[in-house]
Amino acid sequence: MRIGVFICHCGSNIAGTVDVVAVAQAAAKFPEVAYATDTMYACSEPGQEAIVQAVKEHQLDGVVVASCTPRMHEPTFRRTVERAGINRYFFEMANIREHVSWIGKNAERNTVKAIELVRMAVEKLRRNRPLIPKRFDVVKRVLVIGGGVAGIQAALDCADGGQEVVLVEREQSIGGKMAKLDKTFPTIDCSSCVLGPKMVDVGQHPKITLHTLAEIESVSGYVGNFQVTIRKKARFVDWSKCTGCGLCMEKCPSRKAPDPFNEGLCTAPSINIPFPQAIPKKAAINPDTCIMKQKGKCGLCAKICPVKCIDFDQQDELVTVDVGAIVVATGYDLFDWHKYPQYGQGRYPDVITSLQYERLLSASGPTGGHIKRPSDGKEPKTVVFIQCVGSRDRSVDRPYCSGFCCMYTAKQAILTKDHIPDSQSYVFYMDIRSPGKGYDEFTRRAMEEYGAQYVRGRVSMIYPKGDQLVVRGADTLAGTQVEVAADLVVLAVGAEAARGAVTLGEKLRVVPDQYGFFVESHPKLKPVETNTAGVFLAGACQGPKDIPASVGQGSAAAAKVLALLSKDQLESDPQVSRVTPARCVGCGKCVQTCPFGAIKLVEDRFGNPKAEVVETVCQGCGICTVTCPQGAIQLEHFTDNQILAEVNALCPPRIRVNYAS
Amino acid sequence: MSKVAYYPGCSGQSTSLEYDRSTRAVCAAVGLELVDVPDWSCCGSSPAHTVNHVLSAALSARNLDLAHSLGVDVLATPCPSCLTNLRNAAVEMEDEGFRGQVNALLDRPYVGRVDPQSVLQVLVEQVGVDEVARRVTRPLTGLRVACYYGCIMNRPPERMRFDDHENPMAMDRLMEAAGAEVALFPLKVECCGASFGVPRGDIVARLSGKLLDAARGLGVDAIVTACPLCQMNLDLRQGQINAALHEHFRIPVFYYTQLLGLALDVPRSELGLDRLCVDPRLALGKIKAPAPVR
Repeated sequence: MRIGVFICHCGSNIAGTVDVVAVAQAAAKFPEVAYATDTMYACSEPGQEAIVQAVKEHQLDGVVVASCTPRMHEPTFRRTVERAGINRYFFEMANIREHVSWIGKNAERNTVKAIELVRMAVEKLRRNRPLIPKRFDVVKRVLVIGGGVAGIQAALDCADGGQEVVLVEREQSIGGKMAKLDKTFPTIDCSSCVLGPKMVDVGQHPKITLHTLAEIESVSGYVGNFQVTIRKKARFVDWSKCTGCGLCMEKCPSRKAPDPFNEGLCTAPSINIPFPQAIPKKAAINPDTCIMKQKGKCGLCAKICPVKCIDFDQQDELVTVDVGAIVVATGYDLFDWHKYPQYGQGRYPDVITSLQYERLLSASGPTGGHIKRPSDGKEPKTVVFIQCVGSRDRSVDRPYCSGFCCMYTAKQAILTKDHIPDSQSYVFYMDIRSPGKGYDEFTRRAMEEYGAQYVRGRVSMIYPKGDQLVVRGADTLAGTQVEVAADLVVLAVGAEAARGAVTLGEKLRVVPDQYGFFVESHPKLKPVETNTAGVFLAGACQGPKDIPASVGQGSAAAAKVLALLSKDQLESDPQVSRVTPARCVGCGKCVQTCPFGAIKLVEDRFGNPKAEVVETVCQGCGICTVTCPQGAIQLEHFTDNQILAEVNALCPPRIRVNYAS
Repeated sequence: MSKVAYYPGCSGQSTSLEYDRSTRAVCAAVGLELVDVPDWSCCGSSPAHTVNHVLSAALSARNLDLAHSLGVDVLATPCPSCLTNLRNAAVEMEDEGFRGQVNALLDRPYVGRVDPQSVLQVLVEQVGVDEVARRVTRPLTGLRVACYYGCIMNRPPERMRFDDHENPMAMDRLMEAAGAEVALFPLKVECCGASFGVPRGDIVARLSGKLLDAARGLGVDAIVTACPLCQMNLDLRQGQINAALHEHFRIPVFYYTQLLGLALDVPRSELGLDRLCVDPRLALGKIKAPAPVR
C-alpha cells in the first residue's frame, strides 16, 4: 500500500499545542506510508484539493487525516478520497483535536500522543477492505406522530411537497395544546382562528391520511423502509357514518366526568366531540364513563343518532403502513404542580393552572370567555400569577427553563386587564426571559401599559382567608416579605416530556434525555435529526418550545423528509456485520443480542443453522461480534484484526529479556 | 404494646405541667407504656444549640444514652423543641467524627441507636388512630377545633420524617377519632414567634395574632396544639396580643392530649384544664352529652 498522511493545524486549534511538523515527520517513517505532510486546514477547499493532488502525484491508495472528530468531517474526507479515485473506506481519521490539543496543555506530550494516534490509524488503514454500499428502494410515504401545531405543519409541508402523509394523533382531535389556547403572544391573535384553517387543511388534504384516537403499536424496519403498526382505539362510533351533528352529546345522560379539553374545569358527556373546531368532527364514546359500557344499559345515543352510527361492540383496530420516514411531534405535557405542597395540592379550588386559565379566557371555554373563578363563579379583581412552577427548580428535578411561561404569563396579565378593567394582576417571577422578536417589548407592555405588578421572588405559601387566597412570597428586590390577598391564583406550570414519550422512543430507537425529551442528532447543526436515520423531530418533544419555534421545526423536519424521499433509492452503510459461514456454529447468540433484529438464522444447503445479517437493518453497533464465541461474525471496517492492529500500534509487543540487567 | 422511653423535657415540669400529666394519662388509657428516662437532664435546646453544636448534642446524647440503657428503641417526648434537638443529635452522631467530639464530653460514650420521636408520632404510628377511636368513650361531639402543629414538629422534613411538612394531618386525625369536628387550618405549620418571645413581644403579637385571627375566621371553638411554646404564646399571651392588636380574641388553646383525655374519660384531675389561661368552659360546654343508655 501507499499511504498518505495529512496532519491538520486547524489554525491554532491543533498547532497551538501539538508540533504538527514533528507528527508528519514521524508519520513518514511508518510502514507503507509513502507521503506525509502538515496542512493548515485539511477540510478547506485548498486542503481537500491538496489531498487529491497528493494522491495523484504519489500514487496513493489510502489516506489518513489527523484532525478533528470523525463526527465532524469524516463524510467530507471520504468524498475527497473518492474524488481522487480511491474507495471511500480507504480513509482513516485520527482525532488529534478533541482527543489531544483541546484537552492537554503540554506540547511535548501532546505531540507524542498525536503520533501514537496517527500510527494507530495507519495500522488500521493497512488492513482496510474496499466496501461498496448496497442500494435499496425508498417508500414514498411519511408518518407524522402527533397532531399538534408542529405535527400539523410537518404533515402539511410534506403533503404539499407531494408525499403521502399518515398523521397519527392520540387524542380524538388534532390541534394539540395550541387548540386550547385563547390568544397567542406577542400579537394577541386568536389561537383557534390561526390554527383552525391549518387543521381543516389537514382534514381535507388528499395526500394526508388522518388517524386520531390512535397510537403507535410497533415500528420495525429502517430508513426508507419502516413498517409501522397503528392501534386505532375503539371509539364505539362508526366514523364513516357520523356527521358530527352533536345530538348524542345533548342527550347523553352521563355527564359527570371532567372534560379533558377544558382541563377539568367543567364536565363532558360520555359521548363527546371535544370542541366545535375539532378535526375530525366526529363523536366518540369514553368507555370508562359510558353507562352502557359500564352497566350494560342505556344506549340513548344509539336510539337518537339519526344515521345509526353508534356501535357499542367496536374493537381496537390495528393498521399497518409502510413509510420511508417518520416525524415525531408528540409535544409536551404540563408539570404536575401538586408536587409543590406550598400551593395547597388541590385543596383550594381557586388555584388553577395557566392552561385552565386559557380555557376561562376562551370564548369557547366553560365560562363563555368571562373570567369566573371556579369556587363561586365570581369575577376576580385581584389575580396573582406565579411563574416557574416546575421550571428552573432542582428540588422537583426540573432544572430547565420551560421557555414560554414568561411570555404567556404576560399575555394572560394583559388579557385579564382587557376582560376586567378594574382588576389588578401580580406576577411573581424569578427572571423575565423574553428573547424573541417583539417578546421583550410585549412583557414591558404588560408592566407599563397594563399595570401588572411584577414581584421578583418565589411564593412560599398560599392560604385561604375569608373568600380570598393570601399569597405570601419574597420580594427579593425590596428585600421584604409580601402578602397579596388574591381572588384567583394562576400557576404558570412548566413543560415536561409528554406522557408515554419514553415508551415511544424505545419503539422508534430515539433516545430521550434524562427528562424524557428526545435527543437531537446535534444540538446546533442537526436540530431535527435523530441518531436513527429517517426519524426526525419537530416541536416540544425535543424540548419546551413556543408556537413559532414549533412551526419552524415542523417545516424543518418536513424539508428533511422531502430531501430524503426525493431519492428513489438509498445507499445502505456497508459498515455492517458479516458472517463467515464456515466458522458459524449456528448457536444463535448473535440473534438474541442484536438490538435491531438484524440477524436471522437460516439453513445452509446441508441443513445446518447459520446466522445471516440483513445488511439494510444492521446498524453496525458491533454487539454481535463480541457475543460470537467463534469469532464468526465480524463488523466490516472494524474487524478484530484491525482493532488488534491498533492496540499493537499503541502498545507494541516486546520480547522480554528474562535476566537481570 | 411495646414500651417506649419517655422524656418529659423541662417545660413539662413547669409551664406545661398539664401537657406532661395529660400525656401520661392518655398513653396509659390507650395502653402505651411510658418508661421515664432515669436522671434525665436538659436536652440542650434553647441556649446551648445557638452557641455550640457539640455541647448541645452532648446534652442530648446523655439522655439518649440513658434511654438506651433502658433497652428501648424509641424515645418519646411531648415537646417539639426537645424532639428537634434529640433528633439532630441522633442524626448528626451518625457521622463518626462528630460522634467522637460529642463522646469526648460524656462520661460514658453513647453507642446506642435510639430513635427520638414525638409522643404524637408514637400515638399515631404505634397505637394507631383506629385503636384510639375504639377506646373513645366520651366523644367530643359538637366541639369544633383547629389543629395547630407549630413550625418544627414536622420540619425539616428530611430530618423529622413524620407526616406532611406543609399539611400535617396526625393531630387532625386524632381529634376526629376523639369525635371533634376538625376545621382545615391553613396556618397549621406557621411560626407563632416563640423564639422572639422575650426580646420582641411585638413580633409574637403579630405572628400569633395572625394565627388566632385565622382560627376565628374558621369559627372554631378552640385551638389544639402539641407544643408547649405554641400553647404558651397563644394562651398565656392572648391578653397581650389583644392589647397590642386591639382585638378581642377569646379562643381557648388546648393540648391535644387534654382533649384526647376527655374523650377517653381520663379523670379530669389528670388533665389540668384549670391551668389554661383562656377559660375553656364555654368551648367544653359545646360538647354534647352522650345519649343516655337505656
